Amino acid sequence: MTSPAKNLIEVRDLRQSFSGQEILRGVNLDIPRGETIVLLGQSGGGKSVFLRHLIGLIPPLSGSIKIDGEEIAHLDERQLEPIRRKIGMLFQDGALFDSMTVFENVAFPLRERGERSEKIVREKVARSLELVSLEGQDQKMPSNLSGGMRKRAALARAIITEPACILYDEPTAGLDPIVSDTINKLIRRMQSQLKVTSIVVTHDMISTNYIADRVALLREGRIHFDGSLANLHSSTDPVITDFIEGRSHEID
Amino acid sequence: MKFPYSFPLTRAFSLYLGQIVFLTGETFSSIFLGRIRWRLVLNQIVEIGFGSQAVVIITGIFTGAVFTAQIFFQFNALNMSTAVGPVVSIALCRELGPVLTGLMVAGRVGAAICAEIGTMKVTEQIDALRALAVNPVDYLVVPRAVAMMISMPLLVGECIFFALTASYYIATRILNVNSVFFMQHMWFYTHTKDMVMALTKGFVFALIVVFVGCQQGLTTSNGAVGVGRSTTEAVVISSLTILMINFFLTMALNIIFPAGGKF
Repeated sequence: MTSPAKNLIEVRDLRQSFSGQEILRGVNLDIPRGETIVLLGQSGGGKSVFLRHLIGLIPPLSGSIKIDGEEIAHLDERQLEPIRRKIGMLFQDGALFDSMTVFENVAFPLRERGERSEKIVREKVARSLELVSLEGQDQKMPSNLSGGMRKRAALARAIITEPACILYDEPTAGLDPIVSDTINKLIRRMQSQLKVTSIVVTHDMISTNYIADRVALLREGRIHFDGSLANLHSSTDPVITDFIEGRSHEID
Repeated sequence: MKFPYSFPLTRAFSLYLGQIVFLTGETFSSIFLGRIRWRLVLNQIVEIGFGSQAVVIITGIFTGAVFTAQIFFQFNALNMSTAVGPVVSIALCRELGPVLTGLMVAGRVGAAICAEIGTMKVTEQIDALRALAVNPVDYLVVPRAVAMMISMPLLVGECIFFALTASYYIATRILNVNSVFFMQHMWFYTHTKDMVMALTKGFVFALIVVFVGCQQGLTTSNGAVGVGRSTTEAVVISSLTILMINFFLTMALNIIFPAGGKF
């Protein structure tokens, strides 16, 4: 039996462009198991595009993406399904199915993977909703939830099948500081309780300081910085200091 | 061979046709491999078939009534009023029933399919399905396609039934056509093959509506404006395709089921 690859995710020279505009210009990144890595970068800088490559939602133009040692860059939709079962994704706006209740949304991945026992489904949904502090909200429709609740419900749906890795796309964007803090604590809790590998795309420094084991900065389609939180803060690189301090060089 | 592809319109048309063919192929391969979620199919039959009945019945009643009146006004002048029954019946079975049902369903169901799938696309729900290892074609297209293939021939039959009932009522009660002659001539000249033609057309139109609606929905972009545009295009493309395909289908089916004869 082969031992599992040390790195859960290995990305080599990933390139992507849309309508002639280069978004990713050779991204290289290794993500070991159990680590929480925060991918920083400006809005529109390709962070979400990068994240979508990791679950095969966008095929790369060139380069290699290995998940658990398996190359996924050239797999088709059906071949990607086993890989996707290992990964959960939290979309920016939650992407809950708006024709279903919160319960049905959270139960959806279980039922789709063949869980026939309603008792088990109910137990697992209750546990997932409890983990994201959404007990008693299971019969609500997504349209009746606040932004923060929608994200938490979506997180409950992403974790119900206990994936090895969770991808978070701007988990705190558009939320007030209190709800953001709740989401940050949830991400930490996922790591401590479920031991999942987490990749968090954000430009929120408060969130980064709270959750990151490691930080990478995506700039102009490449990884500009890759290191610990302490290294990020002690860096004298003007690009990094400007980003951390939220400084632009636009003329007033 | 470079010439036709140099026109942007030809290229766009070829691309669109290719996408539709690909989607159709993928859907039928899923159906034959048994990847059918029957609970979703039943939901869609209720949504598509049951929910379209009012539209189809009203269309049938008034088309049957007005067609009967027009044929009567022309034929009565020639002293052929008892021929109204067979003319209306054959016209309804071979053309009006399936085409009008197809157009009404394209407007009601095609638009709904496209708007629902399109909204799911722009709100990342389709990506969420994919991320959860659920194939969008299996989950969204297959149940709608199966439901349409079952519902549409039934809706066509229903449309024709109500149209003929209205025709009988208008002809015999209002226009004073002899009811025995009306019925006898109608039965004598309308054959099983006319009904088979109606149901075959209904089946083909179901495929057009469902695949155009789904394809437009799955390729929607640009938010709410995009959903509106896709939905309009879905209705326009499926309606025009129904009218065009109807001609070729009529010619082909007429070879298999020639007019006249016994069956």
